[in-house]
Amino acid sequence: MAEEILAPLAGKIIQIQIKPGEAVEEDDDALVIEAMKMETPVYIPCDGTIKEISVSVGDEVEEDDVLAVIDN
Amino acid sequence: MAALLSLFKTSGFIYLTPGMIIMWVIAFVLIYLAIAKDYEPLLLLPIGFGILLANLPLAGLMEPDEGLLWRFYHYGIQWEIIPPLIFLGLGALTDFGPLLANPRLIFLGAGAQAGVYLTFFAAHAMGFSIKEAATIGIIGGADGPTTIFLAAKLAPHMLGTCAVAAYSYMALVPIIQPPIMRLLTSKQERVIKMKKSRKVTALEKRLFPIVATIVIILLIPASAPLIAMFMIGNLFREAKVVERLTHTAGNELLNIVTIFLGLPVGATMNAENFLKPQVVFIFFLGLFAFMISTATGILLAKLMNLFSKNKINPLLGAAGVSAVPMAARVVHKEGAKADKKNYLLMYAMGPNVAGVIGTVIAAGIFLTLLR
Repeated sequence: MAEEILAPLAGKIIQIQIKPGEAVEEDDDALVIEAMKMETPVYIPCDGTIKEISVSVGDEVEEDDVLAVIDN
Repeated sequence: MAALLSLFKTSGFIYLTPGMIIMWVIAFVLIYLAIAKDYEPLLLLPIGFGILLANLPLAGLMEPDEGLLWRFYHYGIQWEIIPPLIFLGLGALTDFGPLLANPRLIFLGAGAQAGVYLTFFAAHAMGFSIKEAATIGIIGGADGPTTIFLAAKLAPHMLGTCAVAAYSYMALVPIIQPPIMRLLTSKQERVIKMKKSRKVTALEKRLFPIVATIVIILLIPASAPLIAMFMIGNLFREAKVVERLTHTAGNELLNIVTIFLGLPVGATMNAENFLKPQVVFIFFLGLFAFMISTATGILLAKLMNLFSKNKINPLLGAAGVSAVPMAARVVHKEGAKADKKNYLLMYAMGPNVAGVIGTVIAAGIFLTLLR
């Protein structure tokens, strides 16, 4: 089963704290989105391994865009 | 020696009064807060410097018909040019999407104006004239240009004080609001997640400034200068065909008028005008207005929850004050403290921009009734 990390709000990706292949736990820091000049952390939704990361630093994302996929 | 003495007599030193020195201290405090603490530096820095300039004897910068800052003040603020131009820029920077996505949150922007009216009655009961009371009440909207706009028309002698109060409380949003928010909400309420909002189409966003202009100006004609410029700025933005105008309105022009706003606003605060016991009351009443507005926004959200199945996170009510986007950020942070995966920021922007419109309408109502 794969679970996607979705952007909780529109903004700009300013930091990515995960790497493909990395084992992660629920609630770990995943990425940071900047919106309204405020940094908003996005967290890992479930335990698993990072399968792929679909964005890079500097990308503008819309709400519900897929940011990364986790294998669990 | 005699020549030196006469030169000294033409200098300002011998005309300095203790009041002026006290005003210097206030100016330095504002400049310090702006630089070191980042408290609304875009406004408090020029306001602070304006205060200093207004309290230098013989400089005559605020001398009617002559002084440089008086001219800025007269042609910029008394002629109602600068606050509407600020609104033009704000319109170009404002996304009404979150508001259109969740239209019922407009009520929160209206609910948070209760502080304005309660404080108006409180200030009047305390002995302020009815026009002064209205100007003090509008501080509760936490909207600088609207406060200045109303003060210039109703109570020009209080303009500087009310502007400094409004901008200070805007800077203090992250300190003033959270205790009230926690006091009035339970943990279960703070963790409420908002239902995904619908997508707003480009057509809706373009129609909004036009329809809003027609409806609001027909309802409250006195709000026309601010609403008109706010909405044309927003139409520039959403039309997407005049990027140059949008950019100029929201960046260069906004920056330019900000300079010409801050300096003369500060310069209205000379010692005779400012060092009165009423000033303390103005600051307290302004704070009271702002706190009440925060509270009524939250209580209205809770009231709406009694009647709707689709619950609103009541923290969003606090975003109904028009400190954009500070109040929305505070709401988001408080929501995230209760549940770190609760992202309220964009939902909070809805009542936040509604709050701006609400404060302008409140000012328009005061103008209609009191002038």
